[in-house]
Amino acid sequence: MANLVIAEHDHGSLRAATLNVISAATAIGGDVHVLVAGHNASAAAAAAAQVAGVSKVLLADSAAHANLLPESAAAQVVAAAAAYSHILAPATAYGKGVAPRVAALLDKAQISDIIKVVDADTFVRPIYAGNAYATVKSSDSVKVVTVRGTAFAAAATTGGSGTVETVTAVADSGLSSFVSAEITKSERPELTAAKIIVSGGRGLGSGDKYRELLTPLADKLNAAMGASRAAVDAGFVPNDYQVGQTGKIVAPDLYIAVGISGAIQHLAGMKDSKVIVAINKDPDAPIFGVADYGLVGDLFEVVPQLVAAL
Amino acid sequence: MKILVPVKRVVDYNVKVRVKADNTGVDIANVKMSMNPFCEIAVEEAVRLREKSVATEVIAVSAGVVQCQETLRNAMAIGADRGILIETDVELQPLAVAKLLKAIVDKEQPGLVILGKQAIDDDANQTGQMLAALLGWGQATFASKVEVAGDVATVTREIDGGAETVAIKLPAIITTDLRLNEPRYATLPNIMKAKKKQLDIFKPADLGVDVTPRLTTLRVDEPPKRQGGVKVADVAALIDKLKNEAKVI
Repeated sequence: MANLVIAEHDHGSLRAATLNVISAATAIGGDVHVLVAGHNASAAAAAAAQVAGVSKVLLADSAAHANLLPESAAAQVVAAAAAYSHILAPATAYGKGVAPRVAALLDKAQISDIIKVVDADTFVRPIYAGNAYATVKSSDSVKVVTVRGTAFAAAATTGGSGTVETVTAVADSGLSSFVSAEITKSERPELTAAKIIVSGGRGLGSGDKYRELLTPLADKLNAAMGASRAAVDAGFVPNDYQVGQTGKIVAPDLYIAVGISGAIQHLAGMKDSKVIVAINKDPDAPIFGVADYGLVGDLFEVVPQLVAAL
Repeated sequence: MKILVPVKRVVDYNVKVRVKADNTGVDIANVKMSMNPFCEIAVEEAVRLREKSVATEVIAVSAGVVQCQETLRNAMAIGADRGILIETDVELQPLAVAKLLKAIVDKEQPGLVILGKQAIDDDANQTGQMLAALLGWGQATFASKVEVAGDVATVTREIDGGAETVAIKLPAIITTDLRLNEPRYATLPNIMKAKKKQLDIFKPADLGVDVTPRLTTLRVDEPPKRQGGVKVADVAALIDKLKNEAKVI
């Protein structure tokens, strides 16, 4: 039994989500190998070889992988697949693009977004926005799995002594090409890896108010900033701020929900946070049903008081 | 160019499902069923492309129980020209659905297939990508903007760090994210008109597809419940709790 982890990386380093997937692979048992499909990505491959539990890194280095497009990435995974019983990817925008392609090309089912490994064939995954947990068993000879990062601790970035083996890169698929990217620039911690998250909803009223009220709070706490779907839809903040069933799944030590009512789709994205604080003027808002500490009040008064008192 | 839009019948997004007492699944008897919201966005996008004369025909297709006909009628009320149901009582998993859709694509030869990025029941987020792989087509998932010119679609995608724009060669697969469009409400005249539109029905066997599930659900459990919290009186009390009780700041 051997596991192949599809690394998410930026060529120079591994993305944090890859470390959670390596932990899930370790929980399944057997060798853990990591595939780095990138361009000038030897630094990312070297980093992967250092991760605790990794015995081998496959590096497919080619211009075909420069923009991490899923068509070429999936073909690269399939080229290496024969040696593996399990193929794992992070349940991120990147992993969700690649893994189902791999599964279909191998004629295997995919098990999405696992939160627990029961045994080598059996996994637990949330369904219905996390309102139920299904335990599913696969009858396929190869399991293709995506992993919810918040459910598995990150593997240590040191302690491994894997070898790096260069593999032949596949040709560019020619099916798609990269045009441009607008990546949100931020000095803050990444939303999915932050210890503290300050998150705002429609109650803030506007993008200006979101920034005016929440930025000082996030600064004081060195927190990442998130938002409900309503706030994103209303244009307060970009889409990558969205926490929820179809946005980002987060589980920080402290989640402060400001002006968020708490639709089930939002709760699906943050209810595994260690401590939840809700600030809302509506005492009946569903967010109070999951909050450890609720403060009923006008957020325009409460948040500045909080900033001043911290 | 034809556009194919697969649509799924799911438990309405406002329904909070309950796990059955015997842990065999969730109780969906007598709950409201609707078109998956992401599929609705897909239908709307396809109809807009036809209205802009990029497409000539929009075909909605669904797979599942006989009641999926209602979902197809909804899609036709939004503006799809006709519907196809692949009728079966077997529990369909994404790989099987992708194979069924491939068979329909082979028949209909659309230039574009637009699907929802995920269904809000199984939250799998697989079918579009699987269909793309089976067809050997390019894919643009999580679309927030679509422009079609000649045989290329330029698609802006919502990704983890922001947005990315890719160009995909047609025919291709697009999956929709929340902010691609706001689906129109079906008007009564359009609902009436939809009842008269063509709806063809196939069985999986007619299409030569084996839909046997690969995954078995052993049990379904309630997630652990969060302990009900407390309300605090003011900011000072909140900070005290966070520092001294929760010890998170």
